[in-house]
This record gives sequence, structure tokens and C-alpha cells, in this order.
Amino acid sequence: MQRIGVFICWCGSNIAATVDVKKVAETIKAEPGVVYSENYQYMCSENGQQLIKNAIKEHNLTAIVVGACSPRMHEATFRKAAEAAGLNPYMVEIANIREHCSWIHKDMDEATEKAVVLVRTAIAKVKLNAPLMSGESPVVKRALVIGGGIAGIQAALDIADAGFEVDIVEKNATIGGRMAQLDKTFPTLDCSACILTPKMVDCAQHEKIDILSYSEVEEVKGFVGNFNVKIRRKARYVDETKCTGCKICMEKCPSKKGLNDFNMGLNTRPAIYIPFAQAIPNVAVIDPEQCIKMKTGKCGICQKFCGVGAIDYTQKDEFIDRQYGAIVVATGFKPIALDNFNEYGYADNKDVITSLELERLMNAAGPSDGVLVRPSDGKHPKVITFIQCVGSRDTSGCGKPYCSKICCMYTAKHAMLIREKYPDTEVHVFYIDVRTPGKNYDEFYRRAAEQYGVDYIKGMVGKVYNVNGKLMVQGSNLIDNEQITIESDLVVLATAIEPEPSVRKIATLLTASIDTNNFLTESHAKLRPVESPTAGVYLAGVCQGPKDIPETVSQASACAAKVIGLLVKDKLKTNACVATPDEMMCNGCSQCANVCAYGAITYVEKEFRLGGGKTEVRRVVSVNPAVCQGCGACTVTCPSGAMDLKGFSSKQIMSEVEAICKM
Amino acid sequence: MRDVEQKMIERAAALLQNGEVARVVGWKKGEFYFDPAPAVFETVDELKDFVYNGFCGANLSKYLIKVSKNEGKTAIFMKPCDSYSFNQLVKEHRVDREKIYVIAVECQGKLDIEKIKANGVTAVTNVEENGDKVTVSSLYGETVLDKADVMLGKCLTCKGKTHQAKDEDIILHEMPAPANNRFDEVAKLEAMTEDERFAFWKEQLQKCIRCNACRNVCPACSCLKCVFDNPSSGVAAKANDDRFEEQLFHVIRAFHVSGRCTDCGECSRVCPQNIPLHLLNRKFIKDIDGFYGEYQAGETAEGKTPLTSYKEEDLEVSDVFKGEGK
Repeated sequence: MQRIGVFICWCGSNIAATVDVKKVAETIKAEPGVVYSENYQYMCSENGQQLIKNAIKEHNLTAIVVGACSPRMHEATFRKAAEAAGLNPYMVEIANIREHCSWIHKDMDEATEKAVVLVRTAIAKVKLNAPLMSGESPVVKRALVIGGGIAGIQAALDIADAGFEVDIVEKNATIGGRMAQLDKTFPTLDCSACILTPKMVDCAQHEKIDILSYSEVEEVKGFVGNFNVKIRRKARYVDETKCTGCKICMEKCPSKKGLNDFNMGLNTRPAIYIPFAQAIPNVAVIDPEQCIKMKTGKCGICQKFCGVGAIDYTQKDEFIDRQYGAIVVATGFKPIALDNFNEYGYADNKDVITSLELERLMNAAGPSDGVLVRPSDGKHPKVITFIQCVGSRDTSGCGKPYCSKICCMYTAKHAMLIREKYPDTEVHVFYIDVRTPGKNYDEFYRRAAEQYGVDYIKGMVGKVYNVNGKLMVQGSNLIDNEQITIESDLVVLATAIEPEPSVRKIATLLTASIDTNNFLTESHAKLRPVESPTAGVYLAGVCQGPKDIPETVSQASACAAKVIGLLVKDKLKTNACVATPDEMMCNGCSQCANVCAYGAITYVEKEFRLGGGKTEVRRVVSVNPAVCQGCGACTVTCPSGAMDLKGFSSKQIMSEVEAICKM
Repeated sequence: MRDVEQKMIERAAALLQNGEVARVVGWKKGEFYFDPAPAVFETVDELKDFVYNGFCGANLSKYLIKVSKNEGKTAIFMKPCDSYSFNQLVKEHRVDREKIYVIAVECQGKLDIEKIKANGVTAVTNVEENGDKVTVSSLYGETVLDKADVMLGKCLTCKGKTHQAKDEDIILHEMPAPANNRFDEVAKLEAMTEDERFAFWKEQLQKCIRCNACRNVCPACSCLKCVFDNPSSGVAAKANDDRFEEQLFHVIRAFHVSGRCTDCGECSRVCPQNIPLHLLNRKFIKDIDGFYGEYQAGETAEGKTPLTSYKEEDLEVSDVFKGEGK
């Protein structure tokens, strides 16, 4: 029989205000097996932990139950305390009487009754607990960064500077990401390329960084410290080792009508191209859909002109396998499609553009060489109207419910830059609220409104329509309480941003959780903001939530710190709660191996005695405890119940259910 | 059908004689014309009892789990529907494909003796099948019946006449394509209100005498030890409060075979209480088709089932909960 100690935490008033903690501790004393029961204001504090340690020693406790917050919060704390007092750390169970009880109830009697049941349930489980031992697994001292935007670049540079190998896998032909497309950056208005491209060059020149551009992650196996990743190196039809980036192929290519993605489709590019002048790697890529040689077999002009023989039309996708200890996801964002927002006339009017398109139009390396002109007729627009929150903070279902966070600032930036460069231009901004928290941010916005004479109109736009080439922007002015129509030459939509759609596939591969808006979920919103709940996976940039460049860079560096902290370790303690099969019951059907996300399950042929001197060779399951993460998918899949999970055995769970039903 | 049977016996004899296989799994004569039983034939001599007639509805594939463990190759006669179960067993490593020689045999739909009896014909001595009619001979004379009236339930909702696995075939007559209507029965259940449906299943499952015939015949129920026979599983052999508690057994069994059940219909065929057990499984199949795209267990002997694989485009739990599917 276990000698169980129960420790009920007040969590200040978090629990004690709704749950009568003294009554819970008192009631639970009567439970069979419980030899000690106590309550304390902050069980996680040093004094609280000491109380637990002392009780374990004084009362010879063999197992303890802590009634406190979620095990996600302090299970590790209490396990460590128990271990310090000589108890196996897995003889600790947490009854979550905060998130599961006090926080969701108002009535003290009800909450107290429920807390008692939750503690009883944990007692029922801990009675069946057995001491468990963790194993060890080695750490591969190499990191993978998925996405080569500013987030990925910063994370890679920081990790590499600490002396670890880093691979950047970037799906596009160059690293640089969205930031490479921007013109100026708020709040200091320095040129985006001027601050980004040196970092890109640093990456390329860093001896510890390997840039795998035009590549995608295909498969991820393994676990923290030991990820096995299959990477698809897409055929670029140009030998990366030979191409010098001389661009003669781009000049000579006769198929020049491809939409230039880098310029948001505002101009065209040849079928063989380098996305932009400072691309890293500075290597051409062929668009096979557009290339005449690849479509018809005739042409081959680029091959003829290429001085180094880099063109190879027969190149195929290649796959490489690499091992990593940690993975940083930095897949970034894209502006949402505006299909649901016909009222702004984006599809019908060339002069209704998104903010990212405006960035390209204002960029010196953009389609108009930095001269702001209307896409329709190339003329200088005299009246420009910005519309904020296009698809952001939208609860109608057409757009996104969240605030895209960057739009207020970049719209102020656009407005300011236009007023500065073209003072004869009239600039209006329709807004719901202007949100500019952050260092020097509100000052920046006020400068736009007060010093640069940008006309901020509080109100939403109902419709944009075209009358004889003029864009009529009809909206409300809530301050003056009137409907207004602004005759504009150019309309700029501050389009909501969303995570790059490919992040869904990556989340699936990494078994990283994702929210309803496709943002990757962090482990703890406040205390573990760059860790994914999947161990060894870290999140940087907009893939985790909308954020601007300064925040993205901070987060990327934070990720790097976490990765470095992991990679300096030689060995990791493995999870002790692993799947454990009963070979005698195993049918060898492979269903558990099918559902195992970590590749921890294999099958072996084993000889079994049948009695009477006979033996039989059977195919039975084998679990690699160093790889198993204890998710339990196999245990519920096995039809014969041959698979069980240490620390969460079917018997333990059933006894918990019974304890709850007994109430 | 006689010519098919003759050809089958010839092939079985040849395979046994030249040593290509050590045994043949087929059907052998029962006490009466209408009760042939699955059997293993190890010598040419034993083949004198071999039969293949309208009453050979039994799915033989599950017998392979045991007999294929013996030395040498095993030949088996398989109707189209049996071949799905066979593939599923190979996929789950319960049967080694290399050790099996599959002879695909034609099937015109099998007969249900109970339905013939219900038509007033007893003491059946022979049945001749002629298209959509059957001529039943009995001790009391000859009766002509509509075949559709006396076919096994599972054959009325046949899922196809193509063998999914075979090494050779004995198909002497054309097999008409089935009606492809098997989900109609499920749709009827779905159309009921919750209360009506509960009442329906309560009435049906109350009849269960827990003889375990459905489980024992089911090719998907191939566990070395069933959870219901395992005292440490916590669900085995519990005394029931009332007869309806057998629903637990049937519902758990339906969950265990979900995504793996090929809809061979054996559970309902063997149920002595005539409980339409296949409807539980068929509802799962219909839901899986709806949620994850059409999937037929046993169509191949490789790959993962929709319920044991995860794809990016899989429905979210919330979508499944809405119950509508794609």
C-alpha cells in the first residue's frame, strides 16, 4: 500500500478564492492510503517545496498528490522537489484544481466538491504509479531553420555565431523573404534592403551556415535532439555550383512574359531569372512552365549563351537526408487574397493596390524604379486614399478576426513618404483605430498626421467604384458623422496578413500545433513564447503571430538562444513515460506503427514457446524508448490492448474514471 | 455451377498432386445439401467431399491465419468479396502472401437456406440456379423461387465482382455487376430520429446471446487474444445488468474493426439471432468515405487506413463533429 501525501495549493487567491482549500485538505485525509494532507499559500515557492520535502521524509511518503495548477505549469517543479527528497519523480501526480476548477467556477461549494473529486482522482491514479527511469539520447549538434526571411536569417546567424552548424531551407530561389520586398522600414525609415542584404551576405559567407534555397522540407522523423529530415531540392535547371549570376541568360531569354512574383506581379520577368539584384544565392532559376525549351523542346538560347555551362534542362528534384538537434520554424506570411472583398474593387481596378504592391512601386529596384506611378496609366497619382484593416479585425467571416498589427505603422510610413517625396499629393487614410504601441511608434504616426498633413479619417469604407477613370472611395467619417466620397487616383488597401499557407504542411510534419488562423501555437503565451509544444521545435516571426521586423528579429534571437541552449548539451534525458508492449498479446498488425508520429515502433521476429516443446516465430512490436514521446496514439489504436503507456496505463486511467464516477 | 465445382476439384487435385501446395482451403459437404462447411484438404482423396454450390457463402480467408502457419504453401478458393478480407489480413501481417496461392472463383451470389425455408420449402436436396430464378428440389418436390428473395443479405448488397487478389481464376460464366446500393440501409438508419435509432438498436442488440459467433467469424477480429477474453483488460466477461448491455460488446467491436472492416457481411450471416450487425460497421465505412474520401478496406494489401494515417487535408475534429463530412 502506498503512503500518500496530499498537498493543496492556494495559488494565492487563484484557487483559494473559489475553492475551500482547507476543507479539501481536511476531507482528503479520510481517503484510504492518505497519511498526510496539508495546504499552503504557494506550494511552488521555496517554502512550499520545502514543506513537501519535509513531509516526504518525516512521514515516509511513497507517493504524493499536489492539488495545484496545470501540470504543464509546475509538474516538473514538484517532481524535482520529490526527487530531492529521495522519491522517484514519477511518484508525483498533479490534481489540476486551478484551470480545471477554480478558474471556471463561481460557486465555492461546487468548486470545493469538484476539487475533492479531482484530488481523489489523482490519488486513485498515484496508487498505481510505479517508479520510472529516464534514458538518455545524444544531441545532433546542427540546427535546421525553415524559412529564409529575416526571422530565419537572424536565427541562423545567431546559432551559427555560437559555433553550431545551421541549414536554412528556403522554398524560394533566394533568401530574404518579405523584408527584401519592402522599401523603407518604420519607425526609422531606413532602407529595408540596406539593412537586410548585408545579413543575407553574412549568411552566405558564414562557414557554419548552409543555405538550401529552392528547397522544401518533405519529411521529418525523430524527436528533440535527433530529427531526421528529408529535404527536397527542387530542380532549378541551373547548376548552382557553376552559375556566376552574370544575368546574360536573363537578357537573351526570348520568353519574357512571366509575372514577376518578387514585384507582386506588377511587371514581367524572363523564364530564366534571378529574383532580384541582391539575391542569395545569386543563381538563376528556370520557370519550367514558361521556358520555351522545356515546353516545346526548341530554343536553348540560355544554354548557348551561358559562359560556364550552368544550364541543365534535364535536372531533376533531388532529395537529401540530414540530421538536426533542433528546428526553427520561420515560414513567414503572405497578404490574404482579396476575393471576399469585392467592395474595394481590387480585382476590377488596376489602381486599387495592396500595401505590399505599393512597397514595390515605391522601391528604387521596383517595376517603376521607385517613381510612384499609377499601374493603369503610369501617371503620378494626385490623390491617394489608404484603407486600413482590409480583412483584419473582421468577424464577418470574410477576413481574419485578428489585428494584423503592422498595417497602422506601415500605412503611416507610406503616407509620410509620399507626402515627403510628392508634396503636391493629397493623402487620406480611412481607419477604425490607429494602433501604434511600441518604442517611437506613436510619435511616428503623429508625425504623419500632424507634421506631414496626412488626412486621417475615422471610419470604414463601404465601396470603391470607378467613374471615368477616377476611383470614388465612399466611406463614413465618424468624427463629423457624415458620409463622404473621395475622388482618388490610387487606392491602397492595408491587406491583412496570414501565415504562409505551406506552414500547415510543416506543422503536420513536425506535429506542431496550429491555431484556427494557421498560426503556430507557442508552448506558453507568456513564459515560453518561442517554443512550440513539440520539444526541439522553435517559432520565429509571423508564423507564430502577426509582428513587425523589430519583434521578429527579437523573437528569432530568442529562438537562437533556446536552440543554442539545447545544442550545447551532449545528452538529453528522454521521456520516461513511454509505450510498452505486451509481446504475448501483440498480433503484429502494424497499426501502432502506422499511427506513430515519431517512428519509434518497429517489428521483430521472435520465437515464442507454445508449450509441449513447440515454438512459434511471431512478428511482434518493439518500441524504441529513446524515440517514443509518450503521446499514447499507439495504445488507443491497438485493438487487443497489447500496448500500454508507462505513467498513463489503461489501468491508471480507468481507475481515474472510476474515482470520478464514484462522486 | 457444377462445371465450376468440377474445374475447382481438378485444379485442387493437380496442385496437391504436383506438390505445389500442401493443402487446399475450400468447402466440403455437410450433412445436408445446404450446409457445406469450410474445410482444409490435404490429399487428393479428401477432395471427394469437396463442394462448391449456392450455399458456399462462408468467407474462407480467416482460416489462413492458422493453416498458413504450417509447412508449405496453401491454396485457397476465394469469391470476390473474400479477397478483400484476404488483402486486409496480408496488410496486417496476419497472413504471409508468399505462402498462399489464391484461386479466384466466380460467384453469382449465395443463397440463404433460412429464406428458402421461409418460402415454405423444407428438406432441400438440391438447388439449380438459372439466372434470376432458382429451382429448389426437396423431398416434397420442386419449387421455383425468385433468386433475389432467397439470396444472403450480404449478397443483395454485393460490393463488386472483381477479385482484389488472385494467382489464377476459375470464372466460367459472366458475373453480373451488383446494384451498388449497400449504403441505402445505412441511410435509412441515419434518417431516423435519435430516439427511433436508439429504439431500433435496443431492440436488435437485446436479442444478442453473446455467442461470439460474429467475432469468431470476422476476419478483422484476428487478435491473438481478444480484449473481451482478457481479464486484465477491464472489459472482459462482466455480468450484465440487462441484455442491452451487450451493446458495449458490439459497439466496441465495431470501433476495433473500423477502417479495417471490408464489409464482408459474415457477422450478420452467422448471427443466430439475425441481428443486422453489419450495419454498425457499414455506418463507419460510410462515415469514413464521407470524412476522408472513398476508401475500401482490403482493396490492396498495402498502405495505411484513413484512421491510422494523418494527412494535411484531413478534416478537423470540429468538422467531423458537425457530422456532415465533405
